[in-house]
Formats: sequence, structure tokens, C-alpha cells
Amino acid sequence: MAELTYLQAISDGLRTEMRRDKRVFVLGEDVGVYGGAFKVTLGFQEEFGAWRVIDTPLSETAIVGGATGAAMMGLRPVAEMQFADFVSCAWDHLVTVAAKQRWRAGTPVPIVLRLPSGGGFSGGPFHSQNPESSFAHIPGLKCVCPATPEDAKGLIISAIEDPNPVLFFEHKHLYRRIKGEVPEERYTVPIGKARTHQEGDEITVVTWGAMVYTAEEAAKQVDASVEIIDLRTVMPWDKQAVLESVRKTSKVLVLHEDTRTGGFGAEIAATIAEEAFEDLDAPLKRITAPDTPVPFSPVLEKAYIPQVDDVVRGLKELIEY
Amino acid sequence: MRGMATARVAEPSGGSLQEVKEWGLDREDLLQIYRNMLITRGVEERGHILYRQGKIPGSFYTGRGNEASSVGVATAFGPDDVGTPLHRDMGVHITRGVEPWRIFAQYMGRQDGPTHGRDGNVHMADSQLGLIAMVSHLPAMLPVAVGAALAFRIREEKRVAVAWYGEGAAARGDAHEGMNFAGVRNLPVVFICDNNQWAYSTPTHLEYAVEHLADRAQAYGFDGVVVDGTDVLAVYREAKRAIEKAREGGGPTLIECQTLRMEGHAVHDDAFYVPKELFERWAERDPIERYRTWLREHADLTDEGEDEIAGYVKKLLNDSLQRADASPQPDPATLHEGVYATAADLDTPHHK
Repeated sequence: MAELTYLQAISDGLRTEMRRDKRVFVLGEDVGVYGGAFKVTLGFQEEFGAWRVIDTPLSETAIVGGATGAAMMGLRPVAEMQFADFVSCAWDHLVTVAAKQRWRAGTPVPIVLRLPSGGGFSGGPFHSQNPESSFAHIPGLKCVCPATPEDAKGLIISAIEDPNPVLFFEHKHLYRRIKGEVPEERYTVPIGKARTHQEGDEITVVTWGAMVYTAEEAAKQVDASVEIIDLRTVMPWDKQAVLESVRKTSKVLVLHEDTRTGGFGAEIAATIAEEAFEDLDAPLKRITAPDTPVPFSPVLEKAYIPQVDDVVRGLKELIEY
Repeated sequence: MRGMATARVAEPSGGSLQEVKEWGLDREDLLQIYRNMLITRGVEERGHILYRQGKIPGSFYTGRGNEASSVGVATAFGPDDVGTPLHRDMGVHITRGVEPWRIFAQYMGRQDGPTHGRDGNVHMADSQLGLIAMVSHLPAMLPVAVGAALAFRIREEKRVAVAWYGEGAAARGDAHEGMNFAGVRNLPVVFICDNNQWAYSTPTHLEYAVEHLADRAQAYGFDGVVVDGTDVLAVYREAKRAIEKAREGGGPTLIECQTLRMEGHAVHDDAFYVPKELFERWAERDPIERYRTWLREHADLTDEGEDEIAGYVKKLLNDSLQRADASPQPDPATLHEGVYATAADLDTPHHK
């Protein structure tokens, strides 16, 4: 075991796979010489060469479309969007080509798209978004959102191994802030399996990504036994783990950094309403960002991203219900 | 037209049997090209009948007028090359060896079509034959073909990817990003622009402001060639040159094949907006008729030889229609299958 930051854990997982499997290569803007905008691939080009760590022109469409074509020819591309926000430029290639190719034409597209996402540092409307629900809605895509260094390494390896297009949402605010023990050997974390971040028996918080830590802080501030379910992957998502926890606690708060309407929390809420209605002792509560773009000013951004106080308030309302 | 023409305008094929031999085609190859062109047109003509019989759901698209271009390029493929043909390029599927009965089954949405009723018309491809199934969003397949070429370059394989698009799709960003990336990395990819002069109802002067679309190649750092898309041997010669150049590390080429879309955008469209004289003028250059004349003059195609080929094609199409019509409807219970690939799906030649 070694103590790694969340960012180092992603690098470690990626490097592990590139050493193990010659088919794996990286492409994206500034991923080579510069090592990526956030330095996830720092030193990779020296180790693996310029044809396995490919600096591309500023062309998200060509990056994702190119990754798709290379994957169809048997390689395992890991493409980086410099920021998750820029994936909008590659929407067609993910949603129109990669997601549908297996189902309609029998051609698997094993690509990984790394998406530095999330806010908390005044990135503004175009460098802070959490677009996972948009892609979770598309049949054929998988969406992964690790919260811990250990999961980040195990899930990037699983994503590369997976025969489907996998979107790997890595939260920028966790990159250097979160450290943890990470096994040095190769291991995988299954896509579609939640992790119980903390056990409890009075309230369930279902969340993922950076909000896991917001939930943890809030749970410390209330007088109740709170169970935190870290989904780890939103598509597929671990319905069973959520329903089991809800049946145990009977009260549930769904928390995410993405906006509210049509956010993935809505899907979770609908599923709980359909399958665990009789088990609930209180109306389900959602805490999310409001339905606005992500603001730039620190004051506005604090009002936008769910804060510990917001979650504490939500938990208290559930306790008192 | 504005802008300076920079692309090379390819000379017509002309030629003798001896000259064509130097390009790599013997007499049997020449007859196979003719067969493939006839099958291509025949499949689409039969498709029209199926459509009128109400057997084809949705709409129906053909590439009438593009037979020389599609068959000519596909004939220049190496066995391990890959391509992304579009809805005007039936000749590519035929030349690569897709059986016509499977195409009819695809048209009718039957179980034995390459997509098993999940997608329609020419949205299909047999990956075992090196083809990648198109999507409607054109030219989305350009970056995909560039990615295939990137894989060949990374693995240092002597394989080439061929990407099709039309002059309409040339206006979209995918074309720019794909060609720019290919040029920057000098990838083994050949771009084929089917310039059939009409993007649905929009004529070329409202689509681009250069003389030839192939002129754009210069902006991406590679060669552009304009070729008469009704001259199958000229198309073949230019495609062969470009493919072999790419295979030897010479980078991409953009070939613009000039044709006229001889029917509407799709079966519902009577193309009232295309001047009648234009149709008449291009009908005189019908690619199959031109090639038939050439074969008679240069390759000893006789009446008996023609009859034999026509009879073969007719029987093939009749048998194919019958076989396709016997193909079952897809089972709705299978709708959910295969949204996600399994590890077993990767057990294909490409992934080994």
C-alpha cells in the first residue's frame, strides 16, 4: 500500500494498464509533452513514446471519433477531454456512433473517455460541470464517478478492460485534496457496484463523487446514524445496494453536484418510489445544484454547489419528520 | 466560383487492355467490375420495387449514378483495408462481397439483414469484410476512419482506411477535424468525396465557395484529386494510387468523384429542383453504359458475354429476393439484447 492522491491513483491505474497491455494508448489535448492540463499523464510520453501518448489538435470530435475508429480496429484508447465540459463538442461521436454501434451493427467500441469534472474553484460555466446524467441517459454508455483514490485506480482499470464506451468522470476538486491508501498491485473495482462509505441505520444518503465528502462532514454534525452510499458508478448503478439501505433506514436523501431537473438523483428517487414506497417513513429528499449554469464568483458558486450546511439542514428535516 | 483551384484534375481513363493491366487489372477483374456495377444498380432497382410493394418500412435511398465511383474505389482496396461507405456507396458493399440477399433483408428490416432489423437501408456493414456501419450524421465516419488509420499507424501495419463523405457533409466540422488530424499525423487514410452536386435540394454553389472540394486538401497538407466519377477505370486508378501511397507512408489523399445524383434524395423526393437538362446531360454519361462500351471496344466483350453476365446478375437478384423474403421478422423479445458488449463480443479478428 502507498498513500496516493486521487490524481496519482488515476495515473497509477492508467500506467499499470499501459505497461500490461500494448493495445492501450492515450490521446488528447496536451496529454503528451505537457502531461495533461492536470498532469495525470505526466511522464507518460517519456515512458511509452509519442505514438502511445498522442498530442492531438484542438479537436474533440476527432479525438472521440478517432478513439472509436481505433477501438474498432482492436486498440484500447483512453481519450482525455481537457475538461468534462468540452465533451459537448464530441457528443455525436459518443452518442451517435460509439453508444449505438454494438447494438445496431454488432461492433463493440471499447473506449475510455476521461472527463475532469466538477466545480469548487471558480471555473465558471465552462470548466465546472458534472454532465454525467446526460450520458447515463444514453443506452450503450457507462458512467463512472469515483470518490476515493482506491476506487479511482480500480475503476480506471475496469473502465479500460470494459468492452464498452466508458465515461470516467474524475472530480477535479478531489485531485490533490483527497489522499488514501492504494494497493500497489493491479486490481479492479467492479462497474455497477456501490460502496458503503459509512454505515448507519437511521438515514441513507445516496451520492457520488465529491459530494461523498460533503455528506460525510454533514453526517458528523447531526445526531443520527447516517449511512452513506457512494454509488461509484451511475450507469449502471447499484439499485440493489440503494434499496437495501433504504429498507434498513426508511429515510433517504439523494445528493448530487449536478443540477436538479433530470439529474441522476431523479432516477434514483423514481426507483425508490416504485420499489420501496412502503419502506419509507418520510418523503425522499433531494439536495442538488439549482437549475442554473455553474457561476464563476466564489460567493455565487458556494450558493450553487451543495454545501455541508445544506446537507445538514436536509438531514435534520428528515430526522424531525 | 471563388478561390484558386489547387487539386489535380485526373485525366480520363481512355486506355487499352495493356495500359489497364499496368494498373493491376486483368480481363477477369474488368469483367468483375462490370458485374459488380450491374449488381449494385440491380439491387437498388429491385429495392425500388420492394418499396412500392410496401415491403420496405421507412424511406429508401439509392446511389444511382454513383456505381462507377463506389465500385471503382472498392476494387482498389487491399484485402485488409477498411472503409466507411455511405448511402450512395452500395457498390462498396457489393465489391467487398456482401451477399445481395442480406441487403434485401436489411431493406425489409428482417432478421437476416446485417443489423437484424435494428437499423435500416444502407446503415449496415460487415466488419468481417473490413467495413464499418455508417450513421446518419454525416460526415461522422471521417474521424472514425481516421481513428482506424491511427490504429494502423500505431501498430505499424501496412493497412489503409478509406473514408467516404459527400459534398454536402463537407460543410460540417467533423470533416475538418478528421482531415486536419490525418494531415498532421500523416495517417494512412484516403478520403473519398462523392460530389453528386446536390445536398438534398441544395446545389453546390450554396454548399462551398471553392472551385473543387478537393482543393481543400492543400489546406490539410496533402494532395487533392478531382476525378470523373462516371469513369470507373479512372476512379480505380486514382484510388489505387492514393491507397498504395498511403500504405507506403505517403499520407492521406482527398479524391473528389464528380457525379450527379440521378434520383431524389430519397424515394419520396422527385428532385423537381434539379434542372431537367442536367439529368439529360449526365444520363449520357451513365457509368454502366460508358463502361460497357469500353469493355466492348477494349476487352472483347461480345453480345454473348454480355448476355451471360446479365443472366447471372438477374438470377442472383431473383434468388436473393426470394431468400430475403423468406427471412423472418426480428423477434421483439430480443430488443434488449446487446445494448452493452460483453467480453465475448471482442473475440473478432480486429480485436485479437
